[in-house]
Amino acid sequence: MRYLFTILALILTTKISASDIEKDLQTQFILAEPGDTIIIPEGLHDIIGTLSIDGKKDLIIRGYGMDKSILSFINQVEGAQGISITNSSNITLEDFTVRDSKGDAIKTQYVDGIIFRGITAEWTGGPKPSNGAYGLYPVQCTNVLIEFCIAIGASDAGIYVGQSKDIIVRNSKAFHNVAGIEIENSINAKVYENHSYENTGGILVFDLPDLVQIKGDNIHVYQNLIENNNLNNFAPPGNIVGNILPGTGVMILAADNVHIYENTIRNNKSVGTGIVSYFITEEPMTDKTYNPYTSNIHIYNNNFDRKVGLPTLDYEIGQLMAIKYGRTIPDIIYDGMQDPNVSEGLCLQNNIEAKFTNLDIEHNFKNWYSPFISNFSEDKSDFKCISNHNISSNSY
Amino acid sequence: MYKVVCKALTALLFIGFAFSSNPLKYAKPKLSDYGFFVGDLAKQQPSENVLPYEVSAKLFSDYAIKSRFVVLPKGEQILYQSNEEFIYPVGSTLIKSFHYPTDIRYPEKNIRLMETRLLINTPEGWIGYPYVWNKTQTEAFLEIAGERLDVSFINNQGNKESFNYSVPNFNQCKGCHVNQNKMKPIGTKARLLNHEYEYPEGSMNQLKKWSILDMINNLPEISTISHTPNYNDPNDGTLEERARGWIDINCAHCHRLGAPGETSGLFLNIEEKNKTRLGIYKPPVAAGRATGNLKYTISPGSPEKSIMIKRMLSKDPGIMMPELGRKLVHKEGVELVSQWIKNMKKN
Repeated sequence: MRYLFTILALILTTKISASDIEKDLQTQFILAEPGDTIIIPEGLHDIIGTLSIDGKKDLIIRGYGMDKSILSFINQVEGAQGISITNSSNITLEDFTVRDSKGDAIKTQYVDGIIFRGITAEWTGGPKPSNGAYGLYPVQCTNVLIEFCIAIGASDAGIYVGQSKDIIVRNSKAFHNVAGIEIENSINAKVYENHSYENTGGILVFDLPDLVQIKGDNIHVYQNLIENNNLNNFAPPGNIVGNILPGTGVMILAADNVHIYENTIRNNKSVGTGIVSYFITEEPMTDKTYNPYTSNIHIYNNNFDRKVGLPTLDYEIGQLMAIKYGRTIPDIIYDGMQDPNVSEGLCLQNNIEAKFTNLDIEHNFKNWYSPFISNFSEDKSDFKCISNHNISSNSY
Repeated sequence: MYKVVCKALTALLFIGFAFSSNPLKYAKPKLSDYGFFVGDLAKQQPSENVLPYEVSAKLFSDYAIKSRFVVLPKGEQILYQSNEEFIYPVGSTLIKSFHYPTDIRYPEKNIRLMETRLLINTPEGWIGYPYVWNKTQTEAFLEIAGERLDVSFINNQGNKESFNYSVPNFNQCKGCHVNQNKMKPIGTKARLLNHEYEYPEGSMNQLKKWSILDMINNLPEISTISHTPNYNDPNDGTLEERARGWIDINCAHCHRLGAPGETSGLFLNIEEKNKTRLGIYKPPVAAGRATGNLKYTISPGSPEKSIMIKRMLSKDPGIMMPELGRKLVHKEGVELVSQWIKNMKKN
């Protein structure tokens, strides 16, 4: 027994230096038993390889606060993530920061019950294509809760939930990312009371082809503040988010059953809210099970505002909008591609100050030189909501 | 000092957790504790019941040379599977040791053993344990948190390669060996074993040998079993077969349905026939900066425009593929897969 204490004392005195903290944390992650809490010590810790957790349940990983317990991966030599969590259940990450990972900051895959609370994922060198793709990145997870988190500088999405089910993203901040918050091929998501600002695009809801979880469904984005998302698109070319126009508030791509309501969407210079099919990406489509259309998109009771000014001129759609509308760009932009098998494609109701345009790309873009812009239509009459959406009083 | 403490702690843990659900309970602290080898441990002379084997297409591991052994519990048998991994009785162990000679043109001269990985089929399923060899090469010790070791050797071109070799940690073992949330072997598939091996008593087809030794049950007629070529041997299969063999063994443990790489929709197992899923004209999903400004995983006719090649060539942890177990570029693999892509017809 005396030896045990001696050894424990030695461990306590030897684990102070930075590289030992990496080995110590990794060892704790491997040996953790259900119910354990693993503490990330105060300080800026230099970590050079991915820290991984696999096959664990009922585990809390806790720091002393996002400003106090910081894992820095600036010198990372190994692994494509900062932290990787796989095949686990009921994992809580709380009150620490993951900084400057070479790939994604925190990726969780095949986890049932994952909580990110008070976590910052950031790249500190400003928005750059060499930053990692995703900040907080649950994929193929169920019961996801992200709250009081901050994501900064991701070259794809700051907070990205992909191919997952039963998701809440709330009370979080995302800025200086290409996409602030993105929900992709996911089912039952609530995204609310977040502040997404100064990204290229604020909040994205996407369904992409050729994925394991084929279709997203039932996505509610409400009571968020989505503003000033005018950052240049710094996504490395080749990525789907490279198509996002600088100045995008909300973008819905090929998704189904999406509800956007009671948000304040302001000063996003190009597209306040865009609703587009996968056709607009001009990518090949070989997935026979994939539905490239948007359908059942409900946009209501949002506050729109936009300063007078040009949209981005770096993208073709931006140029066309500028030619047609000058410095007063519509807030809600629809590509007009309605699924012929669905009765309700898009519905709009009581969006304060919102102007609308339907690009009708099927007819207007047959020839690039056709005088399409005159055919952009501001007529909303085809897009009335069948069911009445009540106005709630607690929006921003 | 820290290492000594770590070892002491590891030893304590074995006692402390012997009756808990801790995964270490099936492991022994030292390689010699298992009795897999007789005589000088570093010579790896197999004891009775321990049979060496070789796979025809090998996972690239920074040019390390690997020796492999299979151990079955006495009197028990493997259940043959035609396409998947064989089903092993509980108590089986697969052993893989990694070594570097000072000059890889002379693979068995002046060797330094790095690590020995054990894949043990426990009552709770397969578990992987990494053992790291000591400097004096007398013993290998369990290191659940992995290890980083400086290595240098003379490569095939006669140049010195120096790098920091990584022994995977306990979780990283599973990172590659996982399928449908369960850990599995990767290399002991019929098509990878279906070739001759030089046993001390003479050359023989490995599957035949396993059958003669009564190690395997339900083995069909060997001529009916497929063979994945040795991708290094131009006489062992077409360019496409060898390239697909390379991609299968190096990528498909993750890039297949049920494994972590499935999120990308890129499936690289040898059975995959769908062109998009194989990467042909397939845009990336979550590659981030690893796209290297390219549009497709595979651009037929243009290896230089294919993300796959770009990622095989990279040594940046945020870009490179595979994500783990590689610090060097496999030049011969890049050449082979590039040739395959180059010969593809453009749309």
